Amino acid sequence: MELVILSGKGGTGKTTIATALSELAKDVMRVDCDVDAPNFYLYYQGQDVERKDFIGSKKAFIDKSKCVKCGICKEICRFDAIDIKKDQYFVDSFSCEGCGLCTIACNFKAISMQDEKTADVYITKIEKGLLSRAQMEIGADGSGKLITELRENAKRYNKENKLTIIDGSPGIGCPVISSITGSNAALIVTEPSKSGLEDLKRVYSLCKHFKIMTFVCINKYDINIEVANDIEEFANNNNITIVGKIPFDEKVMESINNLKPITEYEESRANKAIREMWEILKSKIN
Amino acid sequence: MKIVISAKGQDINDLMDVRFGRCRYFQIHNLETGEFKVLENAGQKSGGGAGIAAAQQIIDEGVDVVITGSLGPNAFDLINKAGIKAYKCDEISIKEVIEKFKNGELQEINIAGPSHHGM
Amino acid sequence: MNIAVLSGKGGTGKTTVSTNLSLALNANYVDCDVEEPNGFLFLKPNIDNVYEVEEEYPVINKEKCVGCGMCVKVCNFNALAKVKDDILVFDKLCHSCGACQYVCKFGAIEYKKRVIGRIESGSAFGINIKQGILNKGEPMAVPVIKKMLSSINRNELNVIDCPPGTSCNVVNSLKYSDFAVLVTEPSNFGLHDLKLAIELVKMFNIPFGVVINKDNGEENIIKKYCINNNIRILGTIPFNKKTAELYSKGEILYFDRDHKNIFDELVNNIREVLPWS
Repeated sequence: MELVILSGKGGTGKTTIATALSELAKDVMRVDCDVDAPNFYLYYQGQDVERKDFIGSKKAFIDKSKCVKCGICKEICRFDAIDIKKDQYFVDSFSCEGCGLCTIACNFKAISMQDEKTADVYITKIEKGLLSRAQMEIGADGSGKLITELRENAKRYNKENKLTIIDGSPGIGCPVISSITGSNAALIVTEPSKSGLEDLKRVYSLCKHFKIMTFVCINKYDINIEVANDIEEFANNNNITIVGKIPFDEKVMESINNLKPITEYEESRANKAIREMWEILKSKIN
Repeated sequence: MKIVISAKGQDINDLMDVRFGRCRYFQIHNLETGEFKVLENAGQKSGGGAGIAAAQQIIDEGVDVVITGSLGPNAFDLINKAGIKAYKCDEISIKEVIEKFKNGELQEINIAGPSHHGM
Repeated sequence: MNIAVLSGKGGTGKTTVSTNLSLALNANYVDCDVEEPNGFLFLKPNIDNVYEVEEEYPVINKEKCVGCGMCVKVCNFNALAKVKDDILVFDKLCHSCGACQYVCKFGAIEYKKRVIGRIESGSAFGINIKQGILNKGEPMAVPVIKKMLSSINRNELNVIDCPPGTSCNVVNSLKYSDFAVLVTEPSNFGLHDLKLAIELVKMFNIPFGVVINKDNGEENIIKKYCINNNIRILGTIPFNKKTAELYSKGEILYFDRDHKNIFDELVNNIREVLPWS
């Protein structure tokens, strides 16, 4: 069973809820697919049990021993990625888009395309189980390929088929689709704002397309009751179950600052609502 | 008739993968001769345009039918232009997929799924 | 002189800082967050100029094409495919690198242009304002960002509102910058993402300072981190109901009596590091 937590826009509380649910579910495999802001693991002290390079792209590389400094590569590169410094040609890897034109144009076979590591991928052992995560290189972009890798890694370490909770990628692009496809259920965390509702609609249409059981949770629902009602109406019209309405609670900020899951705050109103939500969700997905 | 199925594994008992561009394998089964071969999906390795790379690969194999979960607009276009018929199926074993196809129980894919923003 | 405003993650107040800073500095405001440009919502400028950003893509001349498929082979972006003897072009995946044209022995590939976004410029409150907009469904923002930044006058003072994160879109914005303002908020998530942003600006050797948004005036982990690592704190924006209210109404903080000094102080602090006339 794979449950993916989604949001559309950033900042709706997706990670807070993903963390709380994985606490409540106890024996789970965690996957952090929010590779641009991988905050899931900040909650846990852990030890990496596996680390691998993730090759996300290819970049041009100039072999100085073969380069005759004819300059054709610099001339034809449309990305201004080749420059000359101290009489040596070199590739600025931030500018290189990996098209490979220079490797074709070089008559001296001095340029080749080489794998570029764009992230480290880890399996991290935490007190309460395992977490599959990535740390991207600066300036790298997350891709569907990286998400696919993270989920595959989790599967390798989850032979007993435990519940997997995925902190999904934000947005509605390729990484999100890669976090949804093949999972069994999706929980969309939304907040009562105009952009929250718009994003909910977009993410829901993706889930619907991939025929995934979809649930909605309205986080901080009481900061704008009017829009919260609009969200409920949208959910009702589309037969989506709202499994939770979580009140605004300053304890959530405190829990983030102390890096303690909100479930450890017994008196917190948000915690209480999340616990109720989990009971409902559990009965629906089992 | 050569049919290709997006697959999670290399064996006929492995599950179909509902993803097309980013599935791990393509299993090609020749229904007349019973021959079958497995390809690693070329799309899986590309940063962008996975669906196109995958479609190109199976077009080059000269298949008649593709069975998968859904096709993005680019892959759909290519498959369509190549005259390959596409059918939809769920995550069941390849063996069952082939049975269902033989019995005419699969639905044809006539529209493309949502775009993956080309990434 | 270009001042880039960036943040590791979304939702930290990057646009609030850039718009108000532009006003306080009397500088041009340039919105490079082309996927979600929001600065205009606050500044509400009169737009007097719009121009389109175009990208090149290959077009196959069917009379000259022999269907050899060389172009398909060299395209590293899967923007070309071969079906039977036809070459198909997927223009959205094309990076306009020119490789297909370069290898075509038959001169069958020409380049045409298509519109992928636009740049709008105008003015409000006496400052010049520019924003780039990437058309919906277009995957590549970099050409719009490059076009916009190459069009601004670096002899003037420009505030660049960068895209969120540390992706290649941000990298491209930073290439044109002389100073960076990193916006963050006092939480562990904020600190984590701030560290990534710092790593990025250090790679480009750009002098930088930090602005703490949603600051309650007390000690916090960002302040501690900055002090321990000798990082300049340029200013703080308070976390209170009034600030949030003004923001939610789309009003400009700089025009509010209680908030004006925040940004004036920010300007003074930047001036100390980055002298200009």
